[in-house]
This record gives sequence, structure tokens and C-alpha cells, in this order.
Amino acid sequence: MSLNRIFDIAGSAMSAQSMRLNTTASNIANADTASSSTDEVYRARKPVFASIQQSVMKTGFNTAFTDMPESQGVEVKGIVESDAPLDMRYQPDHPMANDDGYVMYPNVNVVEEMTDMLSASRSFQTNVDVMDAAKTMMQRILTLGQ
Amino acid sequence: MSISFDNALGIHEQALNVRVKRAEVLANNLANADTPGFKARDLDFKAVLNSKLNQPGEAAPMSVAKTNSKHLSTASASSESLLYRNPTQPSIDGNTVDTQQEMAAYMKNAMDYQASFQFLNGKFKSITNAIRGE
Repeated sequence: MSLNRIFDIAGSAMSAQSMRLNTTASNIANADTASSSTDEVYRARKPVFASIQQSVMKTGFNTAFTDMPESQGVEVKGIVESDAPLDMRYQPDHPMANDDGYVMYPNVNVVEEMTDMLSASRSFQTNVDVMDAAKTMMQRILTLGQ
Repeated sequence: MSISFDNALGIHEQALNVRVKRAEVLANNLANADTPGFKARDLDFKAVLNSKLNQPGEAAPMSVAKTNSKHLSTASASSESLLYRNPTQPSIDGNTVDTQQEMAAYMKNAMDYQASFQFLNGKFKSITNAIRGE
């Protein structure tokens, strides 16, 4: 029964969205982490989403729906660090200040991270609803003939 | 007289299968709502159901006869009926999923599934009644 695949698809999306929430939490938590060099400073991390392509050969040719490439859910390809310019502040009294008196702050945009967080949590809820509807459909099919 | 389940159940069994397939396609759209470059897809329900109904017995128009089970089918109606959705609002990352639209379609599809299920269940109940002679 291909209703099972809806659970996989919605599950993959929920896992991807929770990873997005994780990176958002990490970014916001480190938004004010000061550092004295550009190499050590924290940079905003973003997950890269990609759809999972179903392998055509795996399912064979005898069913009606296998002759087109079709994606099956979403995956996180990797997590990339943002290239946005770092926040350099002139704070000579700061304990982390370098020889020129500058302190490096991460390139985390907190407003952007908050909107990202809301978007991720809404997408997560949508996929919970999808899974819930699929569960109801499945429960109905179990009552067939009763 | 023999009882044929295919004749007794009618279109509803096939309709239920297509509903499940459509639910899968729509769930996939919703899962990829944040994937850059993803194009939303949908099934043409009528075309898929027609192609499913034409499969057994008589061949669909313009189809190639299959004399061996290992023969591949030509471009079937099902692949042509999995279409791309026309985006209502352009998006900078090339994603064409409109979550609200997809969610509405998914929920309507779930309701239609319930309807098909009711019909199918009714058919089974009639057969049971006929067998029992109540």
C-alpha cells in the first residue's frame, strides 16, 4: 500500500525541518559569541535542502507509475556556513580584542533567524497534518467490510 | 453464475488507488515546500483513472500490444498525466509549491478518498447481504 510512503515522505520533511530548527537555534545561541580572529569566529550555518529522487530501476518496470523520475521526500544535502561579512567592532577594552583593538562577532542576522524559525515550525506543522490525514485514511481502510 | 469482484466493485477500487497515488504526490509537494528549485506536481485524476480502467482487457487507443510480460510499455498515459503545476506567484529560488493550495488539494483528496471508500464499503456490504440472504 503506497499510503506507507506518505509516512516516509512526511517523516523525511519533518526530520529536515527539525534540522533547520537545530541550525537556527545554534545560530541564535551564538549570535553574540565574540572572537579575536576571523578563523575562530562562529559563522551562520544554513542547511541545504534537496528532494530525494526515486531510483527508477529499483521498483521495476511493470507498475504503471515507475516510468518517470519522481522525487520521494526531502533530505538535507549538507550544512553550509554563510559567506556574509563578519561584524567587526572596535572595542579595545574587550578581553577578546586583537592587537588592533577589534573584536569579531558572527555574521548571524537574528531577525532572519527568527523568520527562518517560524517558517520551519510552520512547515513542520503542515507535515504533521499530512501524516495525520494519511493515518486517518489508513485507519479507514482497515475497517473495510466491517 | 459466478461472482466477479471486478464487476461488483466497479470503478471505486481503481478510484481509491488513484486517490492514494495523488495523496502521495501532494504529500511530496508539501515535503519539498522549502526545497530550492523544486517544481510542484499533480496528477490529472481523470486521465489516470481512464488509463487504469483501460489497462485490463482491451488496450487503450494507440498502445502497443504486449505479448510477453517482459515487454516494456510505451509512453503510458500515467507519465503524461503527472503534470507540473502552474505557479501563481513567482519565487526567487525556483520553487513552485504554494503550501496553502497544496494543503487544500491534499485535504480535498483525503475527503474524496473517504467518499470512494464509502462506496466500496457499501458494495462489500451489499455482497455480504446477498450471500447471507437477509
